[in-house]
Amino acid sequence: MAKFKGAIVVNQERCKGCRLCVVACPANVLAMSKQVNAKGYNFAIMENEDACIGCASCGIVCPDGCITVYKTKID
Amino acid sequence: MAIEDIIKPENLVYKKPDIMNDNSMHYCPGCSHGVIHKLIAEVIEEMGLVENAIGITPVGCAVFAYNYIDIDWEEAAHGRAPAMATAIKRLRPNKLVFTYQGDGDLAAIGTAETIHACNRGESIAIIFVNNGIYGMTGGQMAPTTLEGMKTATCPYGRDVKLNGYPLKITNLLKELEGMRYVTRQSVHTAAAVRKTKKAIRKAFENCMDGKGGANIVEVVSTCSSGWKMTPEKSNKWMEENMFPAYPLGDLKDKDANI
Repeated sequence: MAKFKGAIVVNQERCKGCRLCVVACPANVLAMSKQVNAKGYNFAIMENEDACIGCASCGIVCPDGCITVYKTKID
Repeated sequence: MAIEDIIKPENLVYKKPDIMNDNSMHYCPGCSHGVIHKLIAEVIEEMGLVENAIGITPVGCAVFAYNYIDIDWEEAAHGRAPAMATAIKRLRPNKLVFTYQGDGDLAAIGTAETIHACNRGESIAIIFVNNGIYGMTGGQMAPTTLEGMKTATCPYGRDVKLNGYPLKITNLLKELEGMRYVTRQSVHTAAAVRKTKKAIRKAFENCMDGKGGANIVEVVSTCSSGWKMTPEKSNKWMEENMFPAYPLGDLKDKDANI
């Protein structure tokens, strides 16, 4: 079976730190940052980068549309 | 493989729809409105109706929806969105006309307009966001507030003897002859979001095929600020309490004889 590897880009200034992406991620990739953005929210970051499968669950549940998802096949 | 090698335009699988602009939304963190806005934008984009969609915003939290999706919008007086949609659709039958309403707008002050527009079978789609509370004004009791649910105006929980029963307006609308598609969805998980997107697409397609009939997509939503919970806990609370009262699924689909 082909394996997929994914990566996300979070719009850190737009993120409101609701944590819904962290809960939605089936591979436990996401976590909240220790820093805050200009609005004072902790934003989502990829903590466990290698585990990302590019399923886009985080992007789909993000209420603010902060997450862009990329996915590629690896041999 | 390094992250930089994956982040390339050809590997893109998901992004915010283009017609959803960069204005920062005024909604509280974790608010369901954001996801529903995004779905509407995605469906309009996929159907190629960006130039031909007219939305009608309600009074309530979603009053500023016109700031976030770059299509044509009209702002209706409180509860009057279906009446305005009727006028727009009749004058411009080739346009996609939809309303976006909350439970206070649709099920309280706008009950008459909603019921009559649906009964007339206007070719409009109604996106109904039901979170069981008045979010914008500070969490007062709505007609859809659950029995025993605490709000700012029923701090000891909704007492049905005093305040009446939760209004299941979608079930009521189902009985109307003019209704073509009635469904109840949610956006608390990725799977639920996908289902809701399909439902919105179906409702919008029904509006455009010229066969007539009103369509409503109820989205059972959270209001983490009004419910005084974290977004994560709100979703759990919704699953445990809102879903038994407002079960998900298609209530009516005239095309499929449901």
